[in-house]
Amino acid sequence: MIPVAKEVGSLRAIASGGIVSPTGNPELPPDKEKEYRRQLVLRALQTLQQEV
Amino acid sequence: MTGSARHFAPSRLCGENSFPTIQRTLRIGDNGMNSKIRVVHYLNQFFAQIGGEDKADDGPQIKDGLIGPGRALQQALGEHGEIVATIFCGDNFFAEHQERAIDLLIQRMAEYKPDLLIAGPAFESGRYGIACGAICQAAQQRLGIVAVAGMDEDNVGASLYRKNIYIVNSGVSIARMAPTLQRMAALGVKLARREAIGKPESEGYLPRGVKRNEFAAKPPAERAVDMLLAKLRGDEFHSEIAPPKFAGSKPAAPLHDLKSAVIALVTDGGLVPEGNPDNIEPGRPTRFTTIPIAGVNSLDANRYDAVHSGYDTAIANRDPNRLVPLDTMRELEREGVIGKLHEFVHSTGGAHAAVENATNIGKDIAQRLKAAGVTGVILTST
Repeated sequence: MIPVAKEVGSLRAIASGGIVSPTGNPELPPDKEKEYRRQLVLRALQTLQQEV
Repeated sequence: MTGSARHFAPSRLCGENSFPTIQRTLRIGDNGMNSKIRVVHYLNQFFAQIGGEDKADDGPQIKDGLIGPGRALQQALGEHGEIVATIFCGDNFFAEHQERAIDLLIQRMAEYKPDLLIAGPAFESGRYGIACGAICQAAQQRLGIVAVAGMDEDNVGASLYRKNIYIVNSGVSIARMAPTLQRMAALGVKLARREAIGKPESEGYLPRGVKRNEFAAKPPAERAVDMLLAKLRGDEFHSEIAPPKFAGSKPAAPLHDLKSAVIALVTDGGLVPEGNPDNIEPGRPTRFTTIPIAGVNSLDANRYDAVHSGYDTAIANRDPNRLVPLDTMRELEREGVIGKLHEFVHSTGGAHAAVENATNIGKDIAQRLKAAGVTGVILTST
Protein backbone atom coordinates (compact mmCIF):
# COMPACT_ATOMS: atom_id res chain seq x y z
CA MET A 1 0.00 0.00 0.00
CA ILE A 2 3.05 2.27 -0.12
CA PRO A 3 2.03 3.78 -3.50
CA VAL A 4 -1.37 4.69 -2.01
CA ALA A 5 0.28 6.27 1.01
CA LYS A 6 2.57 8.30 -1.25
CA GLU A 7 -0.30 9.28 -3.55
CA VAL A 8 -2.27 10.82 -0.70
CA GLY A 9 0.76 12.71 0.53
CA SER A 10 2.35 10.55 3.23
CA LEU A 11 5.98 11.56 3.52
CA ARG A 12 7.32 8.79 5.73
CA ALA A 13 5.97 5.32 4.98
CA ILE A 14 7.31 1.80 5.42
CA ALA A 15 5.87 -1.52 4.23
CA SER A 16 3.93 -3.27 6.98
CA GLY A 17 3.18 -6.89 7.78
CA GLY A 18 0.21 -6.85 5.43
CA ILE A 19 -3.26 -5.41 5.06
CA VAL A 20 -4.93 -7.66 7.63
CA SER A 21 -2.09 -7.49 10.16
CA PRO A 22 0.05 -4.39 9.72
CA THR A 23 2.18 -5.04 12.80
CA GLY A 24 2.01 -8.80 12.91
CA ASN A 25 2.45 -12.01 10.97
CA PRO A 26 0.03 -14.79 11.94
CA GLU A 27 2.21 -17.37 10.17
CA LEU A 28 4.94 -16.97 12.77
CA PRO A 29 5.01 -18.57 16.25
CA PRO A 30 4.10 -16.01 18.96
CA ASP A 31 7.65 -15.21 20.13
CA LYS A 32 8.91 -14.77 16.56
CA GLU A 33 5.90 -12.64 15.72
CA LYS A 34 6.69 -10.35 18.65
CA GLU A 35 10.26 -9.98 17.46
CA TYR A 36 8.99 -9.25 13.94
CA ARG A 37 6.72 -6.52 15.36
CA ARG A 38 9.58 -5.05 17.36
CA GLN A 39 11.81 -4.79 14.28
CA LEU A 40 8.97 -3.19 12.31
CA VAL A 41 8.28 -0.60 15.02
CA LEU A 42 12.01 0.16 15.36
CA ARG A 43 12.12 0.74 11.61
CA ALA A 44 9.14 3.10 11.91
CA LEU A 45 10.92 5.00 14.70
CA GLN A 46 14.05 5.22 12.54
CA THR A 47 11.95 6.65 9.72
CA LEU A 48 10.70 9.36 12.07
CA GLN A 49 14.33 10.36 12.60
CA GLN A 50 15.05 10.71 8.88
CA GLU A 51 15.09 13.94 6.93
CA VAL A 52 12.47 13.95 4.16
CA MET B 1 -20.54 12.96 -16.89
CA THR B 2 -20.04 13.57 -20.55
CA GLY B 3 -21.80 12.46 -23.66
CA SER B 4 -24.04 14.79 -25.58
CA ALA B 5 -27.12 14.50 -23.58
CA ARG B 6 -30.66 15.37 -22.90
CA HIS B 7 -31.03 16.54 -19.33
CA PHE B 8 -33.46 15.07 -16.90
CA ALA B 9 -35.82 17.62 -15.54
CA PRO B 10 -33.75 19.22 -12.77
CA SER B 11 -34.27 17.32 -9.59
CA ARG B 12 -34.50 18.95 -6.19
CA LEU B 13 -32.10 16.37 -4.87
CA CYS B 14 -29.28 16.80 -7.24
CA GLY B 15 -28.03 20.20 -7.45
CA GLU B 16 -28.94 23.18 -9.48
CA ASN B 17 -32.18 23.58 -7.61
CA SER B 18 -30.61 23.19 -4.22
CA PHE B 19 -29.86 26.89 -3.97
CA PRO B 20 -32.51 28.70 -1.99
CA THR B 21 -32.44 31.46 -4.56
CA ILE B 22 -33.77 29.26 -7.31
CA GLN B 23 -36.90 28.62 -5.35
CA ARG B 24 -37.76 32.28 -5.52
CA THR B 25 -40.78 32.60 -7.77
CA LEU B 26 -40.33 36.25 -8.67
CA ARG B 27 -38.74 36.47 -12.09
CA ILE B 28 -36.68 39.14 -13.71
CA GLY B 29 -38.94 41.11 -15.94
CA ASP B 30 -42.04 40.72 -13.82
CA ASN B 31 -42.25 44.44 -14.40
CA GLY B 32 -41.79 43.96 -18.14
CA MET B 33 -39.89 41.15 -19.82
CA ASN B 34 -37.25 43.38 -21.32
CA SER B 35 -36.27 45.32 -18.23
CA LYS B 36 -32.57 45.39 -17.41
CA ILE B 37 -31.10 43.21 -14.72
CA ARG B 38 -30.16 45.35 -11.73
CA VAL B 39 -26.58 44.55 -10.79
CA VAL B 40 -24.58 45.40 -7.68
CA HIS B 41 -20.80 45.04 -7.89
CA TYR B 42 -18.60 44.24 -4.86
CA LEU B 43 -14.98 45.43 -4.73
CA ASN B 44 -12.27 45.75 -2.09
CA GLN B 45 -10.67 49.06 -1.13
CA PHE B 46 -7.96 48.69 -3.74
CA PHE B 47 -10.20 48.11 -6.75
CA ALA B 48 -12.69 50.67 -5.45
CA GLN B 49 -9.81 53.14 -5.79
CA ILE B 50 -9.81 54.13 -2.12
CA GLY B 51 -6.24 53.04 -1.43
CA GLY B 52 -3.93 50.11 -0.76
CA GLU B 53 -3.11 48.33 2.49
CA ASP B 54 -3.28 51.67 4.31
CA LYS B 55 -7.05 51.71 3.63
CA ALA B 56 -7.62 48.00 4.30
CA ASP B 57 -9.29 48.86 7.62
CA ASP B 58 -11.97 51.04 5.97
CA GLY B 59 -15.52 49.90 6.66
CA PRO B 60 -18.30 49.08 4.19
CA GLN B 61 -19.47 51.76 1.77
CA ILE B 62 -21.81 52.00 -1.17
CA LYS B 63 -21.94 54.32 -4.18
CA ASP B 64 -24.39 54.75 -7.03
CA GLY B 65 -23.25 53.32 -10.34
CA LEU B 66 -19.93 51.79 -11.24
CA ILE B 67 -16.33 52.19 -10.08
CA GLY B 68 -13.04 51.03 -11.65
CA PRO B 69 -13.41 47.47 -13.00
CA GLY B 70 -17.16 48.16 -13.10
CA ARG B 71 -16.58 49.80 -16.45
CA ALA B 72 -15.48 46.52 -18.00
CA LEU B 73 -18.31 44.72 -16.21
CA GLN B 74 -20.88 47.19 -17.57
CA GLN B 75 -19.46 46.68 -21.05
CA ALA B 76 -19.81 42.93 -20.67
CA LEU B 77 -23.38 43.24 -19.40
CA GLY B 78 -24.27 45.47 -22.34
CA GLU B 79 -27.98 45.93 -22.81
CA HIS B 80 -28.80 43.03 -20.48
CA GLY B 81 -28.00 44.71 -17.21
CA GLU B 82 -27.06 47.85 -15.42
CA ILE B 83 -24.72 48.34 -12.48
CA VAL B 84 -26.95 50.28 -10.12
CA ALA B 85 -24.48 50.44 -7.26
CA THR B 86 -20.99 49.43 -6.17
CA ILE B 87 -20.40 48.20 -2.63
CA PHE B 88 -16.92 48.00 -1.21
CA CYS B 89 -15.05 47.33 1.99
CA GLY B 90 -11.47 47.23 3.25
CA ASP B 91 -10.09 43.68 3.21
CA ASN B 92 -8.96 43.81 6.84
CA PHE B 93 -12.24 45.26 8.04
CA PHE B 94 -14.15 42.48 6.27
CA ALA B 95 -11.84 39.79 7.65
CA GLU B 96 -11.96 41.10 11.21
CA HIS B 97 -15.65 42.04 11.38
CA GLN B 98 -17.19 39.69 8.86
CA GLU B 99 -20.67 39.54 10.36
CA ARG B 100 -20.92 43.30 10.73
CA ALA B 101 -19.54 43.96 7.27
CA ILE B 102 -22.03 41.55 5.71
CA ASP B 103 -24.96 42.98 7.68
CA LEU B 104 -24.16 46.53 6.59
CA LEU B 105 -23.44 45.66 2.96
CA ILE B 106 -26.56 43.55 2.58
CA GLN B 107 -28.69 46.20 4.23
CA ARG B 108 -27.38 48.95 1.98
CA MET B 109 -27.51 46.97 -1.26
CA ALA B 110 -31.08 45.85 -0.54
CA GLU B 111 -32.16 49.47 -0.98
CA TYR B 112 -31.17 49.20 -4.63
CA LYS B 113 -33.40 46.15 -5.18
CA PRO B 114 -30.74 44.25 -7.11
CA ASP B 115 -31.31 41.06 -9.11
CA LEU B 116 -27.66 40.04 -9.28
CA LEU B 117 -24.47 40.50 -7.25
CA ILE B 118 -21.11 40.30 -8.98
CA ALA B 119 -18.12 40.13 -6.60
CA GLY B 120 -14.52 40.69 -7.62
CA PRO B 121 -12.64 39.21 -9.35
CA ALA B 122 -10.22 38.81 -6.45
CA PHE B 123 -7.54 36.83 -8.33
CA GLU B 124 -5.20 35.32 -5.70
CA SER B 125 -5.89 37.75 -2.87
CA GLY B 126 -7.06 35.57 0.02
CA ARG B 127 -8.87 38.15 2.16
CA TYR B 128 -10.58 39.66 -0.87
CA GLY B 129 -11.50 36.19 -2.15
CA ILE B 130 -13.10 35.24 1.16
CA ALA B 131 -15.00 38.53 1.23
CA CYS B 132 -16.31 37.92 -2.31
CA GLY B 133 -17.43 34.41 -1.37
CA ALA B 134 -19.04 35.47 1.89
CA ILE B 135 -20.96 38.41 0.44
CA CYS B 136 -22.26 36.32 -2.48
CA GLN B 137 -23.45 33.58 -0.14
CA ALA B 138 -25.14 36.14 2.12
CA ALA B 139 -26.83 37.85 -0.85
CA GLN B 140 -28.22 34.49 -2.00
CA GLN B 141 -29.46 33.55 1.44
CA ARG B 142 -30.73 36.85 2.76
CA LEU B 143 -31.86 38.70 -0.36
CA GLY B 144 -32.75 35.65 -2.45
CA ILE B 145 -30.83 37.00 -5.41
CA VAL B 146 -28.28 35.28 -7.62
CA ALA B 147 -24.58 35.97 -7.30
CA VAL B 148 -21.28 35.27 -9.06
CA ALA B 149 -17.82 35.71 -7.58
CA GLY B 150 -14.51 35.69 -9.42
CA MET B 151 -11.14 34.49 -8.08
CA ASP B 152 -8.29 32.09 -8.77
CA GLU B 153 -9.16 28.43 -8.22
CA ASP B 154 -6.45 28.15 -5.56
CA ASN B 155 -7.71 31.19 -3.64
CA VAL B 156 -8.73 30.05 -0.14
CA GLY B 157 -12.11 31.73 -0.77
CA ALA B 158 -12.69 29.26 -3.60
CA SER B 159 -12.27 26.22 -1.39
CA LEU B 160 -14.50 27.80 1.26
CA TYR B 161 -17.38 28.86 -0.98
CA ARG B 162 -17.28 26.96 -4.29
CA LYS B 163 -19.96 24.52 -3.15
CA ASN B 164 -22.43 27.24 -2.30
CA ILE B 165 -21.91 29.88 -4.94
CA TYR B 166 -20.82 30.19 -8.54
CA ILE B 167 -17.15 31.17 -8.77
CA VAL B 168 -15.55 32.04 -12.08
CA ASN B 169 -11.86 31.10 -12.22
CA SER B 170 -9.97 34.34 -12.82
CA GLY B 171 -6.47 32.88 -12.67
CA VAL B 172 -3.87 34.87 -10.75
CA SER B 173 -3.08 37.60 -13.26
CA ILE B 174 -4.88 40.90 -13.10
CA ALA B 175 -4.36 41.07 -16.86
CA ARG B 176 -7.31 38.68 -17.07
CA MET B 177 -9.70 41.22 -15.57
CA ALA B 178 -11.75 41.89 -18.72
CA PRO B 179 -12.22 38.28 -19.93
CA THR B 180 -13.04 37.19 -16.38
CA LEU B 181 -15.68 39.89 -16.00
CA GLN B 182 -17.13 38.86 -19.37
CA ARG B 183 -17.60 35.30 -18.15
CA MET B 184 -18.97 36.49 -14.81
CA ALA B 185 -21.44 38.77 -16.56
CA ALA B 186 -22.60 36.07 -18.98
CA LEU B 187 -23.12 33.57 -16.14
CA GLY B 188 -24.81 36.22 -13.96
CA VAL B 189 -27.26 37.16 -16.72
CA LYS B 190 -28.16 33.50 -17.25
CA LEU B 191 -28.67 32.98 -13.52
CA ALA B 192 -30.76 36.12 -13.15
CA ARG B 193 -32.97 35.01 -16.03
CA ARG B 194 -33.27 31.54 -14.52
CA GLU B 195 -31.86 29.98 -17.65
CA ALA B 196 -30.37 26.48 -17.50
CA ILE B 197 -26.75 26.57 -16.39
CA GLY B 198 -24.38 24.28 -18.28
CA LYS B 199 -21.42 22.38 -16.93
CA PRO B 200 -18.52 24.09 -15.19
CA GLU B 201 -16.18 23.72 -18.16
CA SER B 202 -18.63 25.25 -20.62
CA GLU B 203 -19.78 28.11 -18.40
CA GLY B 204 -16.37 28.79 -16.86
CA TYR B 205 -17.18 28.36 -13.17
CA LEU B 206 -15.44 26.14 -10.63
CA PRO B 207 -17.03 22.69 -10.17
CA ARG B 208 -19.31 22.73 -7.14
CA GLY B 209 -19.45 18.98 -6.56
CA VAL B 210 -22.97 18.78 -7.97
CA LYS B 211 -23.98 15.59 -9.74
CA ARG B 212 -26.73 15.64 -12.29
CA ASN B 213 -28.30 12.70 -14.08
CA GLU B 214 -28.01 12.75 -17.83
CA PHE B 215 -28.92 10.48 -20.69
CA ALA B 216 -25.81 9.52 -22.60
CA ALA B 217 -25.90 8.46 -26.23
CA LYS B 218 -23.83 5.31 -25.62
CA PRO B 219 -23.59 2.80 -22.76
CA PRO B 220 -20.60 3.02 -20.37
CA ALA B 221 -18.63 0.16 -21.98
CA GLU B 222 -18.72 1.82 -25.38
CA ARG B 223 -17.78 5.18 -23.94
CA ALA B 224 -14.85 3.60 -22.09
CA VAL B 225 -13.60 1.87 -25.26
CA ASP B 226 -13.99 5.13 -27.21
CA MET B 227 -11.88 6.89 -24.62
CA LEU B 228 -9.25 4.16 -24.65
CA LEU B 229 -9.02 4.27 -28.45
CA ALA B 230 -8.72 8.04 -28.36
CA LYS B 231 -5.98 7.76 -25.78
CA LEU B 232 -4.09 5.18 -27.87
CA ARG B 233 -4.38 7.39 -30.93
CA GLY B 234 -3.13 10.33 -28.91
CA ASP B 235 -6.44 12.16 -29.42
CA GLU B 236 -8.09 14.32 -26.84
CA PHE B 237 -10.57 12.68 -24.47
CA HIS B 238 -12.29 13.64 -21.27
CA SER B 239 -12.56 11.30 -18.33
CA GLU B 240 -16.00 11.09 -16.75
CA ILE B 241 -14.50 10.78 -13.32
CA ALA B 242 -12.60 13.63 -11.71
CA PRO B 243 -9.90 12.14 -9.48
CA PRO B 244 -9.75 13.74 -6.05
CA LYS B 245 -6.93 16.19 -5.49
CA PHE B 246 -4.81 15.59 -2.44
CA ALA B 247 -3.26 18.60 -0.84
CA GLY B 248 0.44 18.19 -0.26
CA SER B 249 1.78 18.64 3.22
CA LYS B 250 5.01 20.00 4.58
CA PRO B 251 7.22 17.29 6.06
CA ALA B 252 7.65 17.47 9.82
CA ALA B 253 11.22 17.90 11.01
CA PRO B 254 12.84 14.58 11.91
CA LEU B 255 12.97 13.52 15.57
CA HIS B 256 16.46 14.13 16.89
CA ASP B 257 16.22 12.28 20.15
CA LEU B 258 13.96 9.25 20.49
CA LYS B 259 14.74 9.04 24.21
CA SER B 260 12.79 12.22 24.87
CA ALA B 261 10.15 11.66 22.17
CA VAL B 262 6.44 11.29 22.96
CA ILE B 263 5.08 8.82 20.43
CA ALA B 264 1.38 8.36 19.69
CA LEU B 265 -0.29 5.41 18.00
CA VAL B 266 -2.99 6.11 15.42
CA THR B 267 -4.76 3.69 13.09
CA ASP B 268 -7.25 3.71 10.24
CA GLY B 269 -7.84 0.00 10.83
CA GLY B 270 -10.88 0.51 13.07
CA LEU B 271 -9.52 -0.46 16.51
CA VAL B 272 -12.23 0.00 19.17
CA PRO B 273 -12.73 -1.03 22.77
CA GLU B 274 -15.02 -4.07 22.99
CA GLY B 275 -18.57 -3.04 22.02
CA ASN B 276 -17.44 0.01 20.03
CA PRO B 277 -18.78 2.53 22.60
CA ASP B 278 -18.23 5.57 20.34
CA ASN B 279 -20.02 3.72 17.57
CA ILE B 280 -17.47 4.56 14.87
CA GLU B 281 -18.45 3.50 11.38
CA PRO B 282 -16.76 0.41 9.88
CA GLY B 283 -16.55 2.30 6.59
CA ARG B 284 -17.25 5.73 5.07
CA PRO B 285 -16.04 7.24 8.33
CA THR B 286 -17.13 10.64 9.56
CA ARG B 287 -15.50 10.40 12.99
CA PHE B 288 -12.83 8.68 15.06
CA THR B 289 -12.60 7.23 18.53
CA THR B 290 -10.14 8.09 21.26
CA ILE B 291 -9.09 5.05 23.29
CA PRO B 292 -7.41 5.60 26.67
CA ILE B 293 -4.44 3.25 27.10
CA ALA B 294 -2.79 4.57 30.26
CA GLY B 295 -1.78 1.52 32.28
CA VAL B 296 -2.57 -0.88 29.41
CA ASN B 297 0.43 -3.02 28.51
CA SER B 298 -0.98 -5.03 25.65
CA LEU B 299 -4.20 -5.07 23.60
CA ASP B 300 -6.17 -8.01 24.95
CA ALA B 301 -8.32 -9.75 22.33
CA ASN B 302 -11.21 -9.87 24.81
CA ARG B 303 -11.20 -6.13 25.39
CA TYR B 304 -10.48 -4.69 21.93
CA ASP B 305 -11.90 -5.27 18.48
CA ALA B 306 -11.34 -4.15 14.94
CA VAL B 307 -14.39 -2.70 13.19
CA HIS B 308 -13.72 -2.20 9.51
CA SER B 309 -15.60 -3.06 6.32
CA GLY B 310 -12.52 -3.00 4.09
CA TYR B 311 -10.51 -6.03 5.25
CA ASP B 312 -10.95 -9.34 7.07
CA THR B 313 -10.58 -8.36 10.72
CA ALA B 314 -10.33 -11.94 12.08
CA ILE B 315 -6.53 -11.95 12.33
CA ALA B 316 -6.35 -8.56 14.05
CA ASN B 317 -9.21 -9.54 16.37
CA ARG B 318 -7.27 -12.59 17.58
CA ASP B 319 -4.42 -10.26 18.61
CA PRO B 320 -5.16 -6.51 18.26
CA ASN B 321 -1.42 -5.77 18.75
CA ARG B 322 -1.16 -6.86 15.11
CA LEU B 323 -3.16 -3.75 14.25
CA VAL B 324 -1.80 -1.32 16.84
CA PRO B 325 1.61 -2.35 18.25
CA LEU B 326 0.88 -1.39 21.83
CA ASP B 327 2.75 -4.28 23.48
CA THR B 328 5.95 -3.45 21.59
CA MET B 329 5.68 0.27 22.30
CA ARG B 330 5.33 -0.40 26.04
CA GLU B 331 8.44 -2.57 25.87
CA LEU B 332 10.39 0.19 24.13
CA GLU B 333 9.07 2.72 26.65
CA ARG B 334 10.22 0.54 29.56
CA GLU B 335 13.63 0.10 27.97
CA GLY B 336 13.97 3.85 27.49
CA VAL B 337 14.23 3.57 23.69
CA ILE B 338 11.42 6.16 23.45
CA GLY B 339 10.60 8.81 26.02
CA LYS B 340 6.92 8.10 26.48
CA LEU B 341 3.95 6.50 24.76
CA HIS B 342 1.02 8.93 24.40
CA GLU B 343 -1.86 7.87 26.63
CA PHE B 344 -4.52 7.73 23.89
CA VAL B 345 -4.86 5.78 20.66
CA HIS B 346 -6.92 7.53 17.97
CA SER B 347 -8.70 5.22 15.59
CA THR B 348 -11.07 5.35 12.64
CA GLY B 349 -12.37 2.79 10.15
CA GLY B 350 -10.79 4.05 6.96
CA ALA B 351 -12.68 2.04 4.33
CA HIS B 352 -14.10 4.10 1.44
CA ALA B 353 -13.36 7.32 3.26
CA ALA B 354 -14.48 10.48 1.49
CA VAL B 355 -11.37 12.64 1.06
CA GLU B 356 -13.06 15.57 2.75
CA ASN B 357 -14.08 13.53 5.83
CA ALA B 358 -10.70 11.85 6.03
CA THR B 359 -9.01 15.24 5.88
CA ASN B 360 -11.16 16.56 8.71
CA ILE B 361 -10.55 13.47 10.83
CA GLY B 362 -6.81 13.76 10.22
CA LYS B 363 -6.72 17.44 11.09
CA ASP B 364 -8.68 16.92 14.28
CA ILE B 365 -6.44 14.08 15.42
CA ALA B 366 -3.29 16.07 14.53
CA GLN B 367 -4.49 19.06 16.54
CA ARG B 368 -5.16 16.93 19.61
CA LEU B 369 -1.78 15.24 19.37
CA LYS B 370 0.01 18.56 18.98
CA ALA B 371 -1.85 20.06 21.93
CA ALA B 372 -0.89 17.04 24.04
CA GLY B 373 2.81 17.51 23.26
CA VAL B 374 3.18 14.43 21.05
CA THR B 375 6.35 14.63 18.94
CA GLY B 376 6.01 11.57 16.71
CA VAL B 377 3.22 9.33 15.39
CA ILE B 378 3.12 5.78 14.14
CA LEU B 379 0.00 5.30 12.06
CA THR B 380 -0.80 1.72 11.18
CA SER B 381 -2.92 1.41 8.05
CA THR B 382 -4.90 -1.54 6.72
